[in-house]
Amino acid sequence: MTTKTEIWQGTLALMILKTLDTLGPLHGYGIARRIEQTSGDLLSLNYGTLYPSLLKLEQEGWINSEWGVSENNRKAKYYKLTRSGRKQLEREAKEWNQTTAIVARFFAPMEEQS
Amino acid sequence: MRKLRALLLRLKGLFHKNDRDFADELESHLQMHIDDNIRAGMSPQDARRTAVMKLGGVDQTKEAYRDRATLPLLESLVQDLRFTLRQLRKNPAFTVTATAMVALGMGASVAIFAFVDAALIKPLPYHNTSRLLFVTETTPDIPRAAISYLDYLDWKKLNRVFDSMDVYGARGYVISTSAGVEMVPGARTSDGLFRTLGVTPVLGRDFYQGEDLPDAPRTVIISYASWQKRFGGKQEIIGQSITLYEVPYTVIGVLPQNFHFAPVENAEFWTTLHPGSTGCDARRSCHYLNGVARLKEGISTEAALADLKRIAKDLETQYPDSNRGQGATVAPLSEVIVGDVKPILLLLLGGAGLLLLIACINVASLLLVRSETRRRELSVRRALGATRMRLIRQFVIEGLVIVAAGTVAGLLSSHWTMQILSGLIPTDMMAGMPYLNDLGLNPRVLMFALVIAILATALFSLSPALQLSTLDVREGMAEGARGSAGKAWTRIGSKLVILELTTAMVLLVGAGLLGKSFYRLLQVDTNFETKNLITMRIRAPLSAYGEDPQALALQRKIVDEIKRLPGVTAVALADTLPLTFNGNTDWIRFVGRAYSGEHNEVNERGVSPDYFTTLQANLLRGRMFTDAEDLGKPQVVVINQTLAKKYFPGEDPIGQRFGDHNLDPKSIKEIVGIVDDIREGTLESEIWPAYYYSLNQQPDITYSLVVRTSQAEQSIMPTVADSIRLIDSRITTSYQTTMTARVNEAPTVYLRRSSTWLVGGFAAVALLLGVIGLYGVIAYSVSQRTREIGVRIALGAQRGMVYRLILKEAGVLALGGIVIGTGCAILAASLMRKLLFGTPPWDITTLVCVAAVLGASALLASFLPARRAASVDPISALRAE
Repeated sequence: MTTKTEIWQGTLALMILKTLDTLGPLHGYGIARRIEQTSGDLLSLNYGTLYPSLLKLEQEGWINSEWGVSENNRKAKYYKLTRSGRKQLEREAKEWNQTTAIVARFFAPMEEQS
Repeated sequence: MRKLRALLLRLKGLFHKNDRDFADELESHLQMHIDDNIRAGMSPQDARRTAVMKLGGVDQTKEAYRDRATLPLLESLVQDLRFTLRQLRKNPAFTVTATAMVALGMGASVAIFAFVDAALIKPLPYHNTSRLLFVTETTPDIPRAAISYLDYLDWKKLNRVFDSMDVYGARGYVISTSAGVEMVPGARTSDGLFRTLGVTPVLGRDFYQGEDLPDAPRTVIISYASWQKRFGGKQEIIGQSITLYEVPYTVIGVLPQNFHFAPVENAEFWTTLHPGSTGCDARRSCHYLNGVARLKEGISTEAALADLKRIAKDLETQYPDSNRGQGATVAPLSEVIVGDVKPILLLLLGGAGLLLLIACINVASLLLVRSETRRRELSVRRALGATRMRLIRQFVIEGLVIVAAGTVAGLLSSHWTMQILSGLIPTDMMAGMPYLNDLGLNPRVLMFALVIAILATALFSLSPALQLSTLDVREGMAEGARGSAGKAWTRIGSKLVILELTTAMVLLVGAGLLGKSFYRLLQVDTNFETKNLITMRIRAPLSAYGEDPQALALQRKIVDEIKRLPGVTAVALADTLPLTFNGNTDWIRFVGRAYSGEHNEVNERGVSPDYFTTLQANLLRGRMFTDAEDLGKPQVVVINQTLAKKYFPGEDPIGQRFGDHNLDPKSIKEIVGIVDDIREGTLESEIWPAYYYSLNQQPDITYSLVVRTSQAEQSIMPTVADSIRLIDSRITTSYQTTMTARVNEAPTVYLRRSSTWLVGGFAAVALLLGVIGLYGVIAYSVSQRTREIGVRIALGAQRGMVYRLILKEAGVLALGGIVIGTGCAILAASLMRKLLFGTPPWDITTLVCVAAVLGASALLASFLPARRAASVDPISALRAE
């Protein structure tokens, strides 16, 4: 975990945005579970680290939040993607794809390069 | 944008804490997780434990969240600030003292700096002032002599170094107002003066080229203040006609509001030269103009001077009668405008700076003592995990708070100080320093205050922070610890005290020397009685008194009428009052002596017959004028002693005659008396040879009235002016004052007196602060050594020995301060040599007196702690720890 921090902080926000985009309004616990599941349990994260990231995204206006009731009748705070948040997600997803594509080329087999 | 929005929200989070909301959210998170865990088959305890573990700890999460919700750095700063304010409130004596010291130093130096800024830094209201030169002639006796009109024309035509050259001369104008006739200051200039200065009228136009020639129509440009005051600021003023001294002039322009030109003081009316075909303008030897020139691109001042000297030399050969010995000189215009006050302002700035230094050192040592007593607190905080940076930050914030409070108080007090100081400047002097009019806390002055504040903060936060490096946590926390740091502080503190005493010594010596110079100046013998003399300027209309007989009749009438007033004992007239200046000279040639064309330059003064009796001047030989010696009678003169000594060594001057360079029969005068040297120039100037002729023989329509009274001058002054008006309502009176006031408000006297008082004030405060500093060090040292002293006394030391111990410690410091201070003071005094009068910079009496005062004060300051030390009760001192 600790060795992955650098990447982790940069990409956590992207994962949150994507999760909210896919599943619609969701509470913090749900987002955390979803990220863990999606990663095929390869990522093990402290759920607590999610909340400062959520707050940051909210401060920057990509998401907003309101109190609601969970499927199990628990009071929970639900986060929702805003319109500018959706655009931001598109931008970041594109950037991410480009970056990974470029990095991927460096690790591709030699003969494909020529 | 997004980042800014986030920042603002976090800033808001500082003040609107919403911890509850997140606590709820966290609780709901845990509940959902626990629900899931129980569903997966865990026991409730395990379910909760796992959920909290997975979260990464409730408190850790809350803290991470709070760090994001607010600005952690700022938040801890706010904490430190609150803590500092609490600390300062708890210790009001320290807070008030420290703030007051900063405010004092700041207030004094900012106020003085504002004057320096107004006079020396703020640019003059001309275009590219650094290229402007003040141009005049020189004579062997006068370093800056006025230019004659004809010389000006040649200089203007023949020079190769100026873009333009113009001249001006101050002159008063008589105007008629509803309150009667009034004398108003004005100036005559050549047509291009404002173009040379780079000034354009705000309204109307400048003079045309050629508008200063004899046949051009008479036009006038008025000052902004005059436009507002006399003409209600109306646009229609342009083209209107006003009558100045019985001649109509058309107003063509109004000068900008910020325009000022100190050499002609607050001139309201600017007219052109309009040289006459006879009289002064037509004579090359009649000098009454001053030049202003703009240097050509790439020409240096030296090159300009060389070129002018070349022209002067040519004129000397061409016109030997008038131009022999007439050289040329130039000076930067700015220097001429602010030259007199520059050294004094710099001196005062230096004084205020030293005061500021001493105040800051005092505060710094107070802070050191304080941090010494806070050792325990610092050690505890350190032990509890505060980083060194955090503790240093605490000191910085403390320094910042003190400096901020001191600065605000200092700026307020400097504002008032400025008002008071400029209010104290006599009106006549203020007229010569128009640049002081917009004195105030402008951006440059505030910048200066800011720089001082930053330096002071650095000093105040650095000194305790340095000490932090010696902080040993374990030792600091030990009960009753007396580390080596206490001694270390005494060492730093004592060095600071020596510095303070040195500074105080420099200021005291400076004040002493200035005071002595001032005293010497007032001791200068004027050779006439200055008390109970009223003086005023009189001007009669040319149309009514243009002819000599009428002018003479008026002179006699004025003297007779005024003499009849109650309380008046004697009355006289003089064209130039004593204590004015050396100048208004004549070149004389003695009858019956070899003459090779040299200029024997002497002061020439026209006076009424009773002048010498009115002034109570000493007649040394011969006789004074009689009233019967008037128009048409052979001309007689009275000479002063210096003229007699210079031109008649070992001879009797009585009965000798002199005249102009041609010995024109009309100019021949016979010497009938010798009078003691009445001081014509300022108090510090030399005595020049002078001759006095009788106004009865060459009557005039403008002169000064001198009235000797038997009672307080002020009560009679209005009566005198009224009586003049009764004689003829068209006569103007101006510059009504007394001779005593003229002496006291003369710039040279005034500048010395004010600088003596100011530097004296600085020195007194510096002495007080220095002595307090010394007291602080000694008192602290005694408190640190209570135990040691107790042991000494217990072991049999006499009280006298304890006194000696402490006084010796103080004596070494005081001696150090005095010795170093003496050296520095002599150095500083030689820098201000120009301001001293009849006093050398190493004046022994002053140095000894100051050293004695400082030594005595130091002794007094250390006596109190010494007595406390000597009265230490050995038993309680030993038991105390």
